[in-house]
Amino acid sequence: MITLWFSVVVLAWVLFFVLEGFDFGVGVLGPLLGRDDHERGAAVRTIGPFWDGNEVWLVAAIGVTFAAFPAWYGALLSGLYVPMVVLLLLLAVRGVALEFRGKGDGERYRRRADVALAASSLGIVLLWGALLAVFVRGLALGADGQVTGAGLARSLDPVLTGEALLGALGALLAALLLGATFLSLRTSGPLRRRARMLARWLGTGGAVALLLTGVLTSSPLALVAAVLSFAAGLLARAGREALAFATTALAVAGAVVAVFTARGAVVLHSTVDPAFSLTRASAAATPQALELITWAGVLILPGVLAYQAFSYWVFRRRVASERVPS
Amino acid sequence: MDVLDLTRLQFAVVTIYHYFFVPLSISLAASAAGLQIAWLRTRRAEYLHLTKFVGKLLIVTFAVGVVTGLVQEFQFGLGWSAFANFYGDVFGPTLAIEGMLAFFLEATFLALWYFGWDRLPRLVHTACIVIVAAGTLLSAFIILAANSFMQNPVAYALDPATGRARLTSFTELMLNKVNLAAFPHTMAGALMVGGALLLALGVWRLAADPAYRILARLGAWLTLAGGGFTALTGDHLGKVITEVQPMKMAAAEALYETTSGAPFAVFATGKPLPEFALEIPWLLSILAKGDPGATVQGIDDLQAQYAAEFGPGSYVPMIPVAFWTFRLMIGAGMLAMAVAAFYLWRTRKARQAPHWLTRWLPLIPLLPAAANTFGWIFTETARQPWIAFGISKTADGISPGLTSTEVLFSLAGFTLVYGVLAVVWLRLVRHLARQPLAASSPSPADKSDLAPVY
Ligand code: HDD
Ligand code: HEM
Ligand code: HEM
Repeated sequence: MITLWFSVVVLAWVLFFVLEGFDFGVGVLGPLLGRDDHERGAAVRTIGPFWDGNEVWLVAAIGVTFAAFPAWYGALLSGLYVPMVVLLLLLAVRGVALEFRGKGDGERYRRRADVALAASSLGIVLLWGALLAVFVRGLALGADGQVTGAGLARSLDPVLTGEALLGALGALLAALLLGATFLSLRTSGPLRRRARMLARWLGTGGAVALLLTGVLTSSPLALVAAVLSFAAGLLARAGREALAFATTALAVAGAVVAVFTARGAVVLHSTVDPAFSLTRASAAATPQALELITWAGVLILPGVLAYQAFSYWVFRRRVASERVPS
Repeated sequence: MDVLDLTRLQFAVVTIYHYFFVPLSISLAASAAGLQIAWLRTRRAEYLHLTKFVGKLLIVTFAVGVVTGLVQEFQFGLGWSAFANFYGDVFGPTLAIEGMLAFFLEATFLALWYFGWDRLPRLVHTACIVIVAAGTLLSAFIILAANSFMQNPVAYALDPATGRARLTSFTELMLNKVNLAAFPHTMAGALMVGGALLLALGVWRLAADPAYRILARLGAWLTLAGGGFTALTGDHLGKVITEVQPMKMAAAEALYETTSGAPFAVFATGKPLPEFALEIPWLLSILAKGDPGATVQGIDDLQAQYAAEFGPGSYVPMIPVAFWTFRLMIGAGMLAMAVAAFYLWRTRKARQAPHWLTRWLPLIPLLPAAANTFGWIFTETARQPWIAFGISKTADGISPGLTSTEVLFSLAGFTLVYGVLAVVWLRLVRHLARQPLAASSPSPADKSDLAPVY
C-alpha cells in the first residue's frame, strides 16, 4: 500500500513537472522569442487554455503528498518555509500576468505583463530546480523531524548551496527545452523557426544538465534522461516536432523520478543524523486514509485524464504568429 | 507579537483575501451559466453579450482565486505543520479529493468554455460553464467540511499510540451538521457579493447600453434573494453552533450569566460589554433555541464547565470582537439587501432610479464583502483557544522551529504582492466594464488559428 501510494505521489509530481514545465518554459521563452507584441501574444496563447489545468497538478501533487505522507508534507514545507513562500508569490504573479495579459488595453500594458510573466517564470524554474536538489540532499532535520535555526537563514540556507545552484541550472535548461519544443509544435512562421532553432542547441545543453543530475543522484535513470534530451535536440533538428516534444517530456519525467527515488525508502534525508530521516513508512498516513484516497484516485483520476486529453484535442490547432489582416 | 500571533495573523490575512475572490467566482460562474441558458432559450443578443461580459469578469477573478488558493494548499504545511501532522489523516484526503474532484474540473472546463466559443457545439459549450459552476459549489462544500471539522470534530478517533487523529468515515466528515448548515449560509453570502458586483457595474454603465439595465436588475435580485437566504440559513446555523459551541454564541451576545428568555442586544457599550445595551426582549433565546423562554448558557458558567472538563485555563474568546463582528456581519448584509430591494422598487416597470442612488450604488459590493469577512473573523476567532474545538489548542498546531523573522518576511511578502494584485484586478474590472458590450468577444485572435498539429 505504501509503495503504491509513493508511486502515485511521484506520478503526480512527474505530471506536474512535465506539464507545467512546458508552460513555465513558454513563459520564459515566449516574451523573449516573440519579436513584437503580436508574436508574444501568440506564444502566450499556445498555453492559454492549458496552464491552469496544468497547475492543478501541483495542487494534486501537494494534496496527495499531504494525504499519503502528512509528516513528509509538514517537514518539507515548514523546513523550506522561505523558499516555498517565495515560490508561491512568484506563482501568484505569473498566473495573474498570464491571465490578465490579453484583457487589458495597450501595448505598454501587455509589455509589462510579458516582463512579469518572463521574470516570474524564470524565478519559478530556478527555484524549483534548487528545491529538487534539496529533496535529494536532505534537510537538517532534528530528532523531532524539524529544522531548527535562527531567522531567515533557517529555511533559506538549504537553497543556497552549490548543489542547489546546479539543480537550478538543470531545471532551467530542461524547462527551456520543453518550452522550445512545445512552441515549435504549436506555432507557425518565424516564431516556430526560432523555437526550433533554439531546441537544437538546448537538446545538448539539457543532456549535459541531466548528466550532472545523474552524478548528483547516482541514478541510471538520469543518464537515460540525458540521452533522451540529446535525442530531442536531434529530432528538433530533423523537424520532427511532436517527437522532439514527447522525447523531452520523457527525459524530464525520468529526471524527476530519479530525484524522488534517489534515496530509496528515505523520503527526506536528515543531514544531521541519518537516524532522523523520514522514511516512507514513518511519514505515511494510516492504512484507512490510504485506502480512502486510493478509491478516490481510482474513481476520479481516469475522468480527469480523459477530459484533460479532450481539452488538448479541442485546442489542437497551431496558433498563428504572423499578423493576419482582419 | 510572537511567532504564534504572527502566524495566526498571516493565516487570517491570506485566507480572508482568498475569500474576497472565491464568493465572486462562485456567483459569477452561476450567473454566466444562467445568462447563457437564457440566451439559448430566447436568442436575445443582450443575453449573449452579457454572458461574455460576465465570463470575462469570471476569468480574471478566477485567476486570482486560483493563485491565492494555491497558497492555502501550502499553508497548513508552512505555518501549521504540527496541525498538519496531527490531522493529516482528516485534512490530507479532504484536500486531495477536493483537488482531484473539483479543481481539475473547474480549471479544465473554464478554459474549454472561455476559449471554445466557436470550437464546440452549442450545447456542449453551455454544459462547460454549467460544469464550472457545479465545480465551484463542490469545492466550496468540501473545503467547508474541513473547516466544519475544526468547529465540530466528527468522524475521527484519536490513535492512542501516536496521539494523532484518524479518520473513521469520509461521508460522516462531509455530512457534519455544521457543514450542512454553513454551506447554504456561505453560498447565500456568495450570491450576495456577486449580485452586488453585477448591480454595481450595471448601474455604473447604464448610460452606455440598455442591456446593462438587465444586468443591474439581475444583480439586485440576486442580492435580495441572497440576503433573504443568509438570514434564513444564518438563523439555522446559529442554532447548530449554540449546540456544538455554546461559548461562541454566548460571546457573540456578551451574555455572562445563564439566562432564560434572553434578549438580543442590538447595541452595547461598556468595558466588558454590555454596560448599556439596546435590547430586543427574548430574541436571543429565539435565535439560539427557537423558543422565547429557552435558557441560554452564559460565559461564566461555560468557563467553569470547560475548566472542569479540560483543565485550568481561559476558554473565553475575545468578547468585543465576537460581539461586534457578529453584528457587523448581519448589519452590513441586511443593509445591502435593503438597498437592492429599494433599487428594484424604484426601477420597477421601466422607471429610472434617482440620481443620488445610481451615484452611490457602485459601492454596494463592499457591504456583502464586509459581511463575509466579519462572519469569518467571528467564526474563527470565537473558536479560540481551540484550533479543533475541544481536542486541540491553536498554540499546539504551529510549525515547531518556525522563526518570527520568517513569518514577518512572508507576511510582508503576501501583503505586498496581494495588495498589488488587488489594485491590478480592480483596474482590470473597470477596464473590462468600459468596453462596449456588443464588441465583447472573449478571444478575438482565435480566428487566426491554423491547421491542427495533433
Ligand atoms: C453576506 C454575508 C452574510 C450575511 C448577510 C450573514 N452572514 Fe452569517 N456568516 C457569513 C456571511 C453572512 C459567512 C462569512 O459566510 C460565515 C462565516 C463562516 C460561515 O460558515 O459563514 C458566517 C457565519 C455565521 C455564523 C457562525 C458560524 C460558525 O461559527 O461556524 C452564524 C451563527 C451566522 N453567520 C448567523 C447569521 C445570521 C443570524 C444572519 C442574519 C441575517 C447572518 N449570519 C447574515
Ligand atoms: C476550510 C477552510 C478553513 C480552514 C481549514 C481554516 C483553518 C484555520 C487555521 C488552521 C487557523 C489558524 C489557527 C487559529 O487561529 O485557529 C485559522 C485561523 C483563522 N481563519 Fe480559518 N480556516 C478556514 C477558512 C477560513 C476562511 C474562509 C476565513 C475567512 C475568510 C478564515 C478566517 C480565519 C481567521 C480570521 C483566523 C484567525 C483567527 C485567530 O487566530 O484568532 N478561515 N483558520
Ligand atoms: C483554508 C483552506 C482553503 C484551501 C486549502 C483552498 C484551496 C484552494 C485552491 C488550491 C484553489 C485553486 C483551484 C484551482 O487551481 O483551480 C482554490 C480555489 C477555490 N476555493 Fe479555496 N481554499 C480554501 C478556502 C476556501 C473556502 C473557505 C472556500 C469556500 C467557501 C473555498 C472555495 C474555493 C472555490 C469555489 C475555488 C474555485 C474558484 C476560484 O478559484 O476562485 N476555498 N481554493
